[in-house]
Amino acid sequence: MKRVNDIFGKELKVLNIGLEQFCEDLKDQNVTAVQMDWRPPAGGDSEAADLLAALLG
Amino acid sequence: MDRKLANEEALKRLQDSEVYLVGAGKAIDVVPGMKKNLILHAGPPITWDRMCGPMQGAVIGALIYEGMAADEASARKLAASGEIEFEPNHHHNAVCPMAGVMSASMPVFIMENKKYGNFAYTNMNEGLGKCLRFGAFSESVVERLHWMEDNMYPIIKEAVELSGGIDWKALVIQALQMGDDCHNRNRAATAMFAKMIGQYLSKVSVSKEEISKVFEFINGNEHFTINITMAMCKAITDAAHNIEGSTIVTAMCRNGVDFGIRISGLGDEWFTAPANTPKGLFFPGFTQDDANPDIGDSTITETTGIGGFAMAGAPAIVAFVGGTYKDAVKFTQEMYEITGAENKNFKIPTLDFRGTPTGIDMVKVLETGLVPRINTGMAHKDPGVGQVGAGLVTAPMDCFKKAARFMVEKGLNK
Repeated sequence: MKRVNDIFGKELKVLNIGLEQFCEDLKDQNVTAVQMDWRPPAGGDSEAADLLAALLG
Repeated sequence: MDRKLANEEALKRLQDSEVYLVGAGKAIDVVPGMKKNLILHAGPPITWDRMCGPMQGAVIGALIYEGMAADEASARKLAASGEIEFEPNHHHNAVCPMAGVMSASMPVFIMENKKYGNFAYTNMNEGLGKCLRFGAFSESVVERLHWMEDNMYPIIKEAVELSGGIDWKALVIQALQMGDDCHNRNRAATAMFAKMIGQYLSKVSVSKEEISKVFEFINGNEHFTINITMAMCKAITDAAHNIEGSTIVTAMCRNGVDFGIRISGLGDEWFTAPANTPKGLFFPGFTQDDANPDIGDSTITETTGIGGFAMAGAPAIVAFVGGTYKDAVKFTQEMYEITGAENKNFKIPTLDFRGTPTGIDMVKVLETGLVPRINTGMAHKDPGVGQVGAGLVTAPMDCFKKAARFMVEKGLNK
């Protein structure tokens, strides 16, 4: 636990995955933050994922 | 054929096609399978009773124009009688914008894909606002259609023939460098066409007044060339169709009720889902509530890698379809994730001349969850009104899921 807390004593450099607003909020507070362009496979649509699996074998 | 190789062949054909505007003719004389009691329409197949307001309006106008009905009531009766057949433009090597209604007497442009030997057809653009293609059928709309057939068409036909054919792909390549996306911004393409055809119009053997009226009509409608560009795209995508094993999309279109796609390796099957309704900018007096769901064959442009897919190169288009230029760039960039090639001919100057995203791969659509983005004109949902604005819309994911399911069930993925 102590080691995790250590990071808050240093300059934060954040890689954000998911909601872009979190990244924007950090930037507004002068925290170095980068938004990762990531989406879950098949856009998180399980039906599309199943179809892909069948299609591509 | 292996999917990768099949898609490479489809992508090659999408880019190697060389399409020329080679002539004009009456639909009955040149469009394959056209007949007097046949009305062609935009999008996948639909029956009269399921057609949306603007498509029914356009059919009513076409029946009055053809002299088969005297007024709205008799046109509706005839359309519902079973005497009139309705088929998609796509089943006749044709594409037409919005309601996309083509009837036997209408003049059409003829496009030839000189590389692969196939032809495509489209009707002639009437302008904006109260037009048949937006579902309007008032006396002035029908009168203009008759003027186009009786006065404009013979002159344009002769001028195109005098030109010896116009390299339409070269014109589109240049228009993309001049701020057009060639779907909802056609200002540069139309200016170039007016410049090119002008020299031949002056040689047509009719009075100066008649030539002047035709030139003014072309010059006064900045979207005059959209139909011709669409037919170029149809001639290109048809050449890439029917490649066994390919998952590249070769048609996207809408009839105002359903959105339909065709896949190169899946033959003539349509995969449909309910059409979304565009959101955008409206002409004075109209609101979002007036807009009909997505309609028209013009998504053949996005299928070919221009239109919405080239919006990053057309900054001024946002003043017509809404959104910001940043959005336009984002839309184009997103489309690289679902396409197979960066076009070697169609380039985007504002993205350091990167080729447009070309050749939608249904596998990539399913993998990413991203669907094709489209810009479009908007018709009023009621027949007889016309255009209400222009905006942005997406293709429904269900079309792509249905296509994938069909491919698996038929064993066409082996």
